[in-house]
Amino acid sequence: MPPRDRGAPEPAGQRELLTAGDVARTIARMAHQVIEKTSLGASGAPPVVLLGIPTRGAPLAARLAARIAEFSGVTVPTGTLDITLYRDDLRRRPTRPLGETALPPGGIDNALVVLVDDVLFSGRTIRAALDALRDAGGRPRAVQLAVLVDRGHRELPIRADYVGKNVPTARAEEVHVLLSETDDRDGVLLHREGESG
Amino acid sequence: MKHLLGTDGLDRDTALAVLDTSDGLKRTLLGREVRKLPTLRGRTVITMFYENSTRTRVSFEIAGKWMSADVVNVSAGGSSVGKGESLRDTALTLAAAGADCVIVRHPASGAAHRLAGWLAEAGTSVVNAGDGTHEHPTQALLDAATLRDRLGDVEGRRIGVVGDVLHSRVARSNVHLLTTLGAEVVLIAPPTLLPTGVADWSVGDAGSLVVSHELDPELPTLDAVMMLRVQAERMHGGFFPSAREYAIAYGLSENRLRLLPEHAPVLHPGPMLRGMEISAAVADSPRAAITQQVTNGVHVRMAVLYHLLAGEEDGS
Repeated sequence: MPPRDRGAPEPAGQRELLTAGDVARTIARMAHQVIEKTSLGASGAPPVVLLGIPTRGAPLAARLAARIAEFSGVTVPTGTLDITLYRDDLRRRPTRPLGETALPPGGIDNALVVLVDDVLFSGRTIRAALDALRDAGGRPRAVQLAVLVDRGHRELPIRADYVGKNVPTARAEEVHVLLSETDDRDGVLLHREGESG
Repeated sequence: MKHLLGTDGLDRDTALAVLDTSDGLKRTLLGREVRKLPTLRGRTVITMFYENSTRTRVSFEIAGKWMSADVVNVSAGGSSVGKGESLRDTALTLAAAGADCVIVRHPASGAAHRLAGWLAEAGTSVVNAGDGTHEHPTQALLDAATLRDRLGDVEGRRIGVVGDVLHSRVARSNVHLLTTLGAEVVLIAPPTLLPTGVADWSVGDAGSLVVSHELDPELPTLDAVMMLRVQAERMHGGFFPSAREYAIAYGLSENRLRLLPEHAPVLHPGPMLRGMEISAAVADSPRAAITQQVTNGVHVRMAVLYHLLAGEEDGS
Protein backbone atom coordinates (compact mmCIF):
# COMPACT_ATOMS: atom_id res chain seq x y z
CA MET A 1 0.00 0.00 0.00
CA PRO A 2 1.36 3.46 -0.80
CA PRO A 3 1.95 5.72 2.20
CA ARG A 4 -0.87 8.06 3.01
CA ASP A 5 -0.30 11.62 1.80
CA ARG A 6 0.18 13.87 4.84
CA GLY A 7 -1.76 16.64 3.13
CA ALA A 8 -4.88 14.55 2.54
CA PRO A 9 -7.93 15.56 4.54
CA GLU A 10 -8.65 13.24 7.46
CA PRO A 11 -12.03 12.06 8.67
CA ALA A 12 -13.36 14.14 11.55
CA GLY A 13 -12.28 12.95 15.00
CA GLN A 14 -9.32 11.03 13.65
CA ARG A 15 -5.65 11.97 13.50
CA GLU A 16 -2.81 10.09 11.88
CA LEU A 17 -0.01 9.74 14.42
CA LEU A 18 2.36 7.71 12.24
CA THR A 19 2.33 7.32 8.47
CA ALA A 20 3.42 4.14 6.74
CA GLY A 21 6.90 5.63 6.34
CA ASP A 22 7.00 6.54 10.03
CA VAL A 23 6.04 2.98 10.99
CA ALA A 24 8.89 1.54 8.92
CA ARG A 25 11.44 4.01 10.36
CA THR A 26 10.19 3.41 13.89
CA ILE A 27 10.55 -0.37 13.56
CA ALA A 28 14.06 0.09 12.15
CA ARG A 29 15.03 2.28 15.14
CA MET A 30 13.60 -0.26 17.57
CA ALA A 31 15.62 -2.99 15.83
CA HIS A 32 18.82 -1.02 16.44
CA GLN A 33 17.87 -0.54 20.09
CA VAL A 34 17.23 -4.26 20.57
CA ILE A 35 20.60 -5.10 18.98
CA GLU A 36 22.40 -2.63 21.27
CA LYS A 37 20.58 -3.33 24.52
CA THR A 38 20.76 -7.12 24.24
CA SER A 39 24.39 -7.10 22.99
CA LEU A 40 23.05 -9.30 20.21
CA GLY A 41 25.60 -11.69 18.80
CA ALA A 42 28.26 -10.80 21.40
CA SER A 43 29.93 -13.70 23.18
CA GLY A 44 28.24 -14.44 26.46
CA ALA A 45 25.05 -12.61 25.48
CA PRO A 46 21.90 -14.70 25.88
CA PRO A 47 20.02 -15.83 22.77
CA VAL A 48 17.17 -13.46 21.94
CA VAL A 49 13.65 -14.64 21.09
CA LEU A 50 10.87 -12.29 19.90
CA LEU A 51 7.33 -13.27 20.90
CA GLY A 52 4.51 -11.29 19.29
CA ILE A 53 1.19 -10.96 21.06
CA PRO A 54 -1.67 -11.57 18.59
CA THR A 55 -3.19 -9.96 16.70
CA ARG A 56 -0.81 -7.17 15.63
CA GLY A 57 2.13 -8.03 17.85
CA ALA A 58 2.73 -11.12 15.71
CA PRO A 59 3.46 -9.32 12.39
CA LEU A 60 5.35 -6.61 14.33
CA ALA A 61 7.66 -9.25 15.83
CA ALA A 62 8.28 -10.69 12.36
CA ARG A 63 9.12 -7.25 10.94
CA LEU A 64 11.37 -6.43 13.88
CA ALA A 65 13.21 -9.74 13.41
CA ALA A 66 13.68 -9.00 9.71
CA ARG A 67 15.23 -5.58 10.47
CA ILE A 68 17.41 -7.08 13.21
CA ALA A 69 18.70 -9.70 10.78
CA GLU A 70 19.35 -6.98 8.19
CA PHE A 71 21.31 -4.74 10.58
CA SER A 72 23.19 -7.31 12.66
CA GLY A 73 23.29 -10.45 10.55
CA VAL A 74 21.84 -12.40 13.48
CA THR A 75 18.62 -14.27 12.89
CA VAL A 76 16.52 -14.16 16.03
CA PRO A 77 13.79 -16.81 16.38
CA THR A 78 10.25 -15.46 16.56
CA GLY A 79 6.98 -16.88 17.83
CA THR A 80 3.57 -15.86 19.04
CA LEU A 81 2.05 -15.86 22.51
CA ASP A 82 -1.75 -15.70 22.76
CA ILE A 83 -3.03 -14.26 26.02
CA THR A 84 -6.79 -14.69 25.56
CA LEU A 85 -7.09 -17.46 28.16
CA TYR A 86 -5.15 -15.34 30.68
CA ARG A 87 -7.10 -12.07 30.37
CA ASP A 88 -8.64 -10.54 33.48
CA ASP A 89 -11.52 -8.95 31.55
CA LEU A 90 -13.00 -12.05 29.87
CA ARG A 91 -16.33 -11.58 31.61
CA ARG A 92 -16.63 -7.94 30.51
CA ARG A 93 -16.60 -8.67 26.79
CA PRO A 94 -18.32 -11.08 24.41
CA THR A 95 -16.57 -14.44 24.10
CA ARG A 96 -13.27 -13.97 22.31
CA PRO A 97 -11.83 -16.36 19.74
CA LEU A 98 -8.41 -17.76 20.66
CA GLY A 99 -5.24 -16.60 18.95
CA GLU A 100 -2.24 -18.70 18.08
CA THR A 101 0.55 -19.58 20.50
CA ALA A 102 3.61 -20.85 18.66
CA LEU A 103 6.94 -20.89 20.43
CA PRO A 104 10.02 -21.16 18.20
CA PRO A 105 11.31 -24.74 17.82
CA GLY A 106 14.29 -24.03 20.09
CA GLY A 107 11.97 -22.99 22.91
CA ILE A 108 12.54 -20.10 25.28
CA ASP A 109 14.54 -21.77 28.02
CA ASN A 110 17.37 -19.43 29.16
CA ALA A 111 16.59 -17.02 26.33
CA LEU A 112 16.10 -13.29 26.56
CA VAL A 113 12.47 -13.07 25.52
CA VAL A 114 11.28 -9.79 24.03
CA LEU A 115 7.47 -9.54 24.08
CA VAL A 116 6.21 -7.47 21.15
CA ASP A 117 2.84 -5.68 21.07
CA ASP A 118 1.32 -2.82 19.14
CA VAL A 119 -0.01 -0.55 21.91
CA LEU A 120 0.89 -0.35 25.60
CA PHE A 121 -2.06 1.04 27.58
CA SER A 122 -3.18 -0.26 31.00
CA GLY A 123 -0.47 -2.93 31.16
CA ARG A 124 -3.02 -5.68 31.75
CA THR A 125 -2.25 -7.39 28.46
CA ILE A 126 1.41 -7.59 29.44
CA ARG A 127 0.62 -9.01 32.86
CA ALA A 128 -1.52 -11.66 31.15
CA ALA A 129 1.37 -12.30 28.75
CA LEU A 130 3.77 -12.85 31.66
CA ASP A 131 1.33 -15.39 33.12
CA ALA A 132 0.93 -17.08 29.74
CA LEU A 133 4.69 -17.16 29.28
CA ARG A 134 5.20 -18.88 32.62
CA ASP A 135 2.73 -21.60 31.66
CA ALA A 136 4.01 -21.97 28.10
CA GLY A 137 6.99 -23.98 29.29
CA GLY A 138 10.64 -23.11 29.70
CA ARG A 139 12.22 -20.49 31.91
CA PRO A 140 13.52 -17.41 30.09
CA ARG A 141 16.67 -15.76 31.47
CA ALA A 142 14.89 -12.39 31.26
CA VAL A 143 11.80 -10.87 29.69
CA GLN A 144 11.68 -7.47 27.99
CA LEU A 145 8.90 -5.55 26.26
CA ALA A 146 8.81 -3.77 22.91
CA VAL A 147 5.76 -1.71 21.83
CA LEU A 148 5.14 0.41 18.78
CA VAL A 149 3.07 2.95 20.73
CA ASP A 150 2.99 3.76 24.44
CA ARG A 151 -0.16 5.76 25.10
CA GLY A 152 0.10 5.99 28.89
CA HIS A 153 -2.65 5.38 31.50
CA ARG A 154 -0.88 2.44 33.13
CA GLU A 155 -2.87 0.56 35.76
CA LEU A 156 -0.01 -1.75 36.75
CA PRO A 157 3.70 -1.27 37.48
CA ILE A 158 4.76 -2.25 33.96
CA ARG A 159 7.00 -0.35 31.53
CA ALA A 160 8.37 -1.04 28.08
CA ASP A 161 12.08 -1.49 27.29
CA TYR A 162 11.65 -0.38 23.67
CA VAL A 163 9.06 2.22 22.69
CA GLY A 164 8.45 3.25 19.08
CA LYS A 165 6.50 6.37 19.95
CA ASN A 166 5.18 7.89 23.15
CA VAL A 167 1.74 9.37 22.57
CA PRO A 168 -0.01 11.43 25.26
CA THR A 169 -3.68 10.49 25.01
CA ALA A 170 -6.93 11.07 26.84
CA ARG A 171 -8.33 7.91 28.37
CA ALA A 172 -11.41 8.00 26.16
CA GLU A 173 -9.37 8.23 22.98
CA GLU A 174 -8.43 5.11 21.04
CA VAL A 175 -5.16 4.30 19.33
CA HIS A 176 -5.37 2.00 16.32
CA VAL A 177 -2.27 0.46 14.81
CA LEU A 178 -2.74 -0.61 11.19
CA LEU A 179 -0.38 -3.12 9.60
CA SER A 180 -0.64 -4.31 6.03
CA GLU A 181 -0.56 -7.95 7.23
CA THR A 182 -3.83 -7.49 9.13
CA ASP A 183 -5.26 -4.22 7.73
CA ASP A 184 -5.29 -2.51 4.36
CA ARG A 185 -2.18 -0.40 5.06
CA ASP A 186 0.45 0.67 7.60
CA GLY A 187 -0.21 3.56 9.98
CA VAL A 188 -1.18 4.59 13.49
CA LEU A 189 -4.45 6.47 14.06
CA LEU A 190 -5.78 8.35 17.06
CA HIS A 191 -9.57 8.33 17.38
CA ARG A 192 -10.94 11.10 19.55
CA GLU A 193 -13.78 10.88 22.00
CA GLY A 194 -17.13 9.71 20.70
CA GLU A 195 -15.63 8.44 17.47
CA SER A 196 -15.00 4.85 16.63
CA GLY A 197 -13.07 3.30 13.84
CA MET B 1 -24.09 -18.95 24.31
CA LYS B 2 -26.04 -19.32 27.57
CA HIS B 3 -26.85 -23.05 27.49
CA LEU B 4 -25.87 -26.04 25.39
CA LEU B 5 -29.01 -28.16 25.32
CA GLY B 6 -28.70 -29.76 21.92
CA THR B 7 -27.23 -29.46 18.45
CA ASP B 8 -30.71 -28.97 16.99
CA GLY B 9 -30.85 -25.22 16.54
CA LEU B 10 -27.10 -24.73 17.09
CA ASP B 11 -26.09 -22.49 14.21
CA ARG B 12 -23.13 -23.16 11.99
CA ASP B 13 -21.10 -20.14 13.14
CA THR B 14 -21.44 -21.02 16.83
CA ALA B 15 -20.62 -24.68 16.18
CA LEU B 16 -17.51 -23.73 14.19
CA ALA B 17 -16.46 -21.21 16.87
CA VAL B 18 -16.62 -23.94 19.53
CA LEU B 19 -14.69 -26.38 17.31
CA ASP B 20 -12.03 -23.72 16.55
CA THR B 21 -11.68 -22.93 20.27
CA SER B 22 -11.31 -26.66 20.91
CA ASP B 23 -8.52 -26.88 18.31
CA GLY B 24 -6.85 -23.81 19.83
CA LEU B 25 -6.99 -25.30 23.34
CA LYS B 26 -5.56 -28.57 22.06
CA ARG B 27 -2.64 -26.77 20.42
CA THR B 28 -2.12 -24.59 23.49
CA LEU B 29 -1.90 -27.57 25.83
CA LEU B 30 0.04 -29.85 23.48
CA GLY B 31 3.27 -31.02 25.09
CA ARG B 32 2.83 -28.84 28.17
CA GLU B 33 4.08 -30.04 31.49
CA VAL B 34 1.42 -28.13 33.41
CA ARG B 35 -2.01 -28.46 31.79
CA LYS B 36 -3.76 -25.74 33.71
CA LEU B 37 -5.24 -22.48 32.45
CA PRO B 38 -6.54 -19.73 34.75
CA THR B 39 -9.46 -18.89 32.45
CA LEU B 40 -12.38 -20.05 34.62
CA ARG B 41 -10.88 -19.32 38.03
CA GLY B 42 -13.61 -18.74 40.57
CA ARG B 43 -16.39 -20.31 38.48
CA THR B 44 -18.21 -23.32 39.88
CA VAL B 45 -19.28 -26.19 37.65
CA ILE B 46 -21.48 -28.97 38.99
CA THR B 47 -21.98 -32.25 37.18
CA MET B 48 -25.26 -33.98 37.94
CA PHE B 49 -25.40 -37.52 36.61
CA TYR B 50 -28.59 -39.54 36.93
CA GLU B 51 -27.24 -42.22 34.59
CA ASN B 52 -24.01 -44.16 34.54
CA SER B 53 -21.13 -42.62 32.66
CA THR B 54 -17.37 -42.88 32.63
CA ARG B 55 -15.99 -40.84 29.78
CA THR B 56 -18.49 -37.99 29.71
CA ARG B 57 -18.40 -37.24 33.43
CA VAL B 58 -14.64 -37.66 33.68
CA SER B 59 -13.92 -35.52 30.64
CA PHE B 60 -16.21 -32.73 31.85
CA GLU B 61 -14.47 -32.86 35.20
CA ILE B 62 -11.01 -32.75 33.61
CA ALA B 63 -12.12 -29.98 31.24
CA GLY B 64 -13.33 -27.84 34.14
CA LYS B 65 -10.24 -28.50 36.24
CA TRP B 66 -7.80 -27.75 33.40
CA MET B 67 -9.46 -24.34 33.13
CA SER B 68 -9.26 -23.80 36.91
CA ALA B 69 -13.01 -23.97 37.54
CA ASP B 70 -14.13 -25.59 40.77
CA VAL B 71 -15.83 -28.82 39.75
CA VAL B 72 -18.23 -30.66 42.04
CA ASN B 73 -19.72 -34.02 41.09
CA VAL B 74 -23.18 -35.05 42.17
CA SER B 75 -24.42 -38.52 41.37
CA ALA B 76 -27.98 -39.67 41.85
CA GLY B 77 -26.89 -42.54 44.07
CA GLY B 78 -25.06 -40.55 46.72
CA SER B 79 -27.33 -37.49 46.89
CA SER B 80 -30.75 -36.50 48.20
CA VAL B 81 -32.17 -37.80 44.93
CA GLY B 82 -32.15 -41.17 46.66
CA LYS B 83 -34.43 -39.66 49.33
CA GLY B 84 -36.97 -38.66 46.71
CA GLU B 85 -35.95 -35.08 45.93
CA SER B 86 -37.24 -33.91 42.55
CA LEU B 87 -34.92 -32.88 39.73
CA ARG B 88 -36.18 -29.31 40.03
CA ASP B 89 -35.46 -29.05 43.76
CA THR B 90 -32.04 -30.60 43.37
CA ALA B 91 -31.20 -28.17 40.58
CA LEU B 92 -32.42 -25.13 42.53
CA THR B 93 -30.38 -26.30 45.51
CA LEU B 94 -27.23 -26.54 43.39
CA ALA B 95 -27.87 -23.12 41.88
CA ALA B 96 -28.44 -21.64 45.34
CA ALA B 97 -25.18 -23.21 46.47
CA GLY B 98 -23.40 -21.16 43.81
CA ALA B 99 -23.22 -23.19 40.61
CA ASP B 100 -22.40 -21.10 37.53
CA CYS B 101 -22.97 -24.10 35.31
CA VAL B 102 -24.83 -27.38 35.78
CA ILE B 103 -23.95 -30.31 33.54
CA VAL B 104 -26.77 -32.81 33.58
CA ARG B 105 -27.28 -36.35 32.37
CA HIS B 106 -30.74 -37.76 32.85
CA PRO B 107 -32.69 -40.78 31.55
CA ALA B 108 -35.69 -38.60 30.61
CA SER B 109 -35.63 -36.91 27.22
CA GLY B 110 -36.05 -33.16 27.66
CA ALA B 111 -34.66 -33.06 31.21
CA ALA B 112 -31.97 -30.52 30.30
CA HIS B 113 -34.51 -28.19 28.67
CA ARG B 114 -36.70 -28.28 31.77
CA LEU B 115 -33.68 -27.61 33.94
CA ALA B 116 -32.69 -24.59 31.86
CA GLY B 117 -36.19 -23.20 32.36
CA TRP B 118 -36.09 -23.69 36.13
CA LEU B 119 -32.61 -22.16 36.40
CA ALA B 120 -33.28 -19.14 34.17
CA GLU B 121 -33.88 -16.88 37.16
CA ALA B 122 -30.69 -17.99 38.89
CA GLY B 123 -28.72 -17.33 35.68
CA THR B 124 -27.07 -20.75 35.81
CA SER B 125 -25.91 -22.22 32.50
CA VAL B 126 -27.02 -25.75 31.64
CA VAL B 127 -25.14 -28.27 29.53
CA ASN B 128 -26.96 -31.35 28.33
CA ALA B 129 -24.67 -34.34 28.85
CA GLY B 130 -27.26 -36.73 27.47
CA ASP B 131 -31.02 -36.79 28.06
CA GLY B 132 -32.79 -40.08 27.38
CA THR B 133 -32.92 -40.80 23.66
CA HIS B 134 -32.97 -37.10 22.76
CA GLU B 135 -29.60 -35.32 22.51
CA HIS B 136 -25.95 -35.50 23.55
CA PRO B 137 -24.49 -32.35 22.00
CA THR B 138 -20.92 -32.50 23.33
CA GLN B 139 -20.55 -36.03 21.92
CA ALA B 140 -21.55 -34.75 18.47
CA LEU B 141 -19.12 -31.84 18.82
CA LEU B 142 -16.24 -34.14 19.74
CA ASP B 143 -17.17 -36.44 16.84
CA ALA B 144 -17.07 -33.43 14.51
CA ALA B 145 -13.71 -32.39 15.99
CA THR B 146 -12.36 -35.90 15.34
CA LEU B 147 -13.73 -35.91 11.78
CA ARG B 148 -12.03 -32.55 11.17
CA ASP B 149 -8.76 -33.99 12.50
CA ARG B 150 -8.96 -37.03 10.25
CA LEU B 151 -10.62 -35.62 7.13
CA GLY B 152 -9.70 -31.94 7.24
CA ASP B 153 -13.30 -30.79 6.93
CA VAL B 154 -16.80 -32.14 7.46
CA GLU B 155 -18.42 -30.20 4.64
CA GLY B 156 -19.33 -32.32 1.62
CA ARG B 157 -18.41 -35.55 3.40
CA ARG B 158 -20.65 -38.62 3.55
CA ILE B 159 -20.81 -39.95 7.10
CA GLY B 160 -22.43 -43.29 7.97
CA VAL B 161 -24.12 -43.73 11.36
CA VAL B 162 -24.75 -47.42 11.93
CA GLY B 163 -26.88 -49.37 14.37
CA ASP B 164 -29.26 -48.56 17.18
CA VAL B 165 -30.44 -45.16 15.93
CA LEU B 166 -33.77 -45.61 17.74
CA HIS B 167 -32.27 -45.34 21.22
CA SER B 168 -29.34 -43.12 20.29
CA ARG B 169 -29.10 -39.50 21.40
CA VAL B 170 -25.63 -39.55 19.85
CA ALA B 171 -27.11 -40.30 16.41
CA ARG B 172 -29.71 -37.55 16.74
CA SER B 173 -27.16 -34.93 17.87
CA ASN B 174 -24.79 -35.95 15.10
CA VAL B 175 -27.46 -35.71 12.42
CA HIS B 176 -28.24 -32.13 13.42
CA LEU B 177 -24.63 -31.03 13.82
CA LEU B 178 -23.03 -32.78 10.86
CA THR B 179 -25.75 -31.66 8.43
CA THR B 180 -25.45 -28.10 9.77
CA LEU B 181 -21.75 -28.35 8.98
CA GLY B 182 -22.58 -29.48 5.43
CA ALA B 183 -22.21 -33.27 5.59
CA GLU B 184 -24.47 -35.91 4.13
CA VAL B 185 -25.44 -38.30 6.93
CA VAL B 186 -26.49 -41.86 6.12
CA LEU B 187 -28.37 -43.62 8.90
CA ILE B 188 -27.91 -47.37 8.47
CA ALA B 189 -30.01 -49.66 10.67
CA PRO B 190 -32.63 -52.39 10.58
CA PRO B 191 -36.16 -50.93 10.34
CA THR B 192 -36.85 -51.94 13.96
CA LEU B 193 -33.99 -49.74 15.23
CA LEU B 194 -35.00 -46.59 13.32
CA PRO B 195 -37.40 -44.17 15.01
CA THR B 196 -40.66 -43.51 13.22
CA GLY B 197 -40.58 -40.14 11.51
CA VAL B 198 -36.79 -40.22 11.14
CA ALA B 199 -37.22 -38.79 7.65
CA ASP B 200 -38.77 -35.69 9.24
CA TRP B 201 -35.82 -34.92 11.54
CA SER B 202 -34.75 -31.34 11.15
CA VAL B 203 -31.63 -31.24 9.06
CA GLY B 204 -29.18 -28.38 8.53
CA ASP B 205 -29.71 -26.54 5.25
CA ALA B 206 -26.15 -27.22 4.18
CA GLY B 207 -26.36 -31.00 4.45
CA SER B 208 -28.76 -33.88 3.91
CA LEU B 209 -30.03 -37.05 5.56
CA VAL B 210 -30.43 -40.45 3.95
CA VAL B 211 -31.75 -43.69 5.48
CA SER B 212 -30.60 -47.16 4.47
CA HIS B 213 -31.19 -50.65 5.82
CA GLU B 214 -28.08 -52.27 4.38
CA LEU B 215 -24.51 -51.68 5.45
CA ASP B 216 -22.40 -53.36 2.75
CA PRO B 217 -23.57 -51.31 -0.26
CA GLU B 218 -23.04 -48.06 1.69
CA LEU B 219 -19.55 -48.71 3.09
CA PRO B 220 -17.58 -47.97 -0.13
CA THR B 221 -19.34 -44.58 -0.44
CA LEU B 222 -18.54 -43.32 3.08
CA ASP B 223 -15.85 -40.88 4.26
CA ALA B 224 -16.31 -42.06 7.85
CA VAL B 225 -18.40 -44.58 9.73
CA MET B 226 -19.76 -44.17 13.23
CA MET B 227 -20.81 -47.39 14.98
CA LEU B 228 -23.48 -47.02 17.65
CA ARG B 229 -23.73 -49.14 20.75
CA VAL B 230 -26.70 -51.50 20.91
CA GLN B 231 -28.45 -50.11 23.99
CA ALA B 232 -29.80 -53.23 25.64
CA GLU B 233 -30.72 -51.25 28.78
CA ARG B 234 -33.26 -49.23 26.80
CA MET B 235 -34.65 -52.25 24.90
CA HIS B 236 -37.76 -53.91 26.20
CA GLY B 237 -38.71 -56.27 23.43
CA GLY B 238 -37.33 -58.04 20.37
CA PHE B 239 -35.64 -55.55 18.08
CA PHE B 240 -33.56 -58.18 16.31
CA PRO B 241 -33.49 -62.00 16.44
CA SER B 242 -30.14 -62.44 18.23
CA ALA B 243 -26.90 -60.67 19.01
CA ARG B 244 -25.12 -62.98 16.59
CA GLU B 245 -27.51 -62.16 13.80
CA TYR B 246 -27.17 -58.43 14.50
CA ALA B 247 -23.38 -58.70 14.40
CA ILE B 248 -23.53 -60.52 11.07
CA ALA B 249 -25.80 -57.95 9.45
CA TYR B 250 -24.58 -54.69 11.03
CA GLY B 251 -21.37 -55.39 12.98
CA LEU B 252 -18.16 -53.83 11.65
CA SER B 253 -15.87 -56.79 11.07
CA GLU B 254 -12.37 -56.82 9.55
CA ASN B 255 -13.85 -58.01 6.25
CA ARG B 256 -16.32 -55.12 6.21
CA LEU B 257 -13.55 -52.65 7.07
CA ARG B 258 -11.97 -53.53 3.70
CA LEU B 259 -15.07 -52.19 1.95
CA LEU B 260 -14.53 -48.80 3.57
CA PRO B 261 -12.26 -46.36 1.65
CA GLU B 262 -8.68 -46.09 2.98
CA HIS B 263 -9.11 -42.51 4.24
CA ALA B 264 -12.28 -43.21 6.20
CA PRO B 265 -11.95 -43.47 10.00
CA VAL B 266 -14.11 -45.59 12.30
CA LEU B 267 -15.75 -43.77 15.19
CA HIS B 268 -17.57 -45.16 18.20
CA PRO B 269 -19.01 -43.05 21.02
CA GLY B 270 -18.27 -45.78 23.58
CA PRO B 271 -18.75 -47.79 25.61
CA MET B 272 -18.07 -50.44 22.96
CA LEU B 273 -19.58 -53.89 22.85
CA ARG B 274 -16.77 -55.79 21.14
CA GLY B 275 -18.12 -58.59 18.97
CA MET B 276 -21.52 -56.92 18.73
CA GLU B 277 -21.45 -53.70 16.72
CA ILE B 278 -17.67 -53.68 16.29
CA SER B 279 -15.11 -56.48 16.21
CA ALA B 280 -12.13 -56.34 18.57
CA ALA B 281 -9.70 -56.24 15.65
CA VAL B 282 -11.39 -53.20 14.12
CA ALA B 283 -11.66 -51.43 17.47
CA ASP B 284 -7.90 -51.81 17.98
CA SER B 285 -6.89 -50.98 14.40
CA PRO B 286 -5.30 -47.65 13.44
CA ARG B 287 -8.44 -46.89 11.44
CA ALA B 288 -10.36 -46.57 14.71
CA ALA B 289 -10.42 -43.02 16.08
CA ILE B 290 -11.90 -44.07 19.41
CA THR B 291 -9.17 -42.88 21.80
CA GLN B 292 -8.75 -39.73 19.71
CA GLN B 293 -12.47 -39.09 20.26
CA VAL B 294 -11.96 -39.30 24.02
CA THR B 295 -9.01 -36.87 23.91
CA ASN B 296 -10.97 -34.46 21.73
CA GLY B 297 -13.82 -34.81 24.20
CA VAL B 298 -11.80 -33.04 26.89
CA HIS B 299 -10.86 -30.15 24.58
CA VAL B 300 -14.37 -29.81 23.16
CA ARG B 301 -15.83 -29.69 26.67
CA MET B 302 -13.24 -27.09 27.68
CA ALA B 303 -14.32 -25.07 24.64
CA VAL B 304 -17.99 -25.41 25.60
CA LEU B 305 -17.30 -24.23 29.16
CA TYR B 306 -15.24 -21.36 27.74
CA HIS B 307 -18.05 -20.22 25.46
CA LEU B 308 -20.63 -20.56 28.25
CA LEU B 309 -18.70 -19.04 31.14
CA ALA B 310 -15.86 -16.84 29.91
CA GLY B 311 -17.77 -14.15 28.01
CA GLU B 312 -19.78 -11.29 29.46
CA GLU B 313 -23.09 -12.18 31.04
CA ASP B 314 -25.59 -10.73 28.61
CA GLY B 315 -28.03 -13.62 28.80
CA SER B 316 -27.78 -14.38 25.09
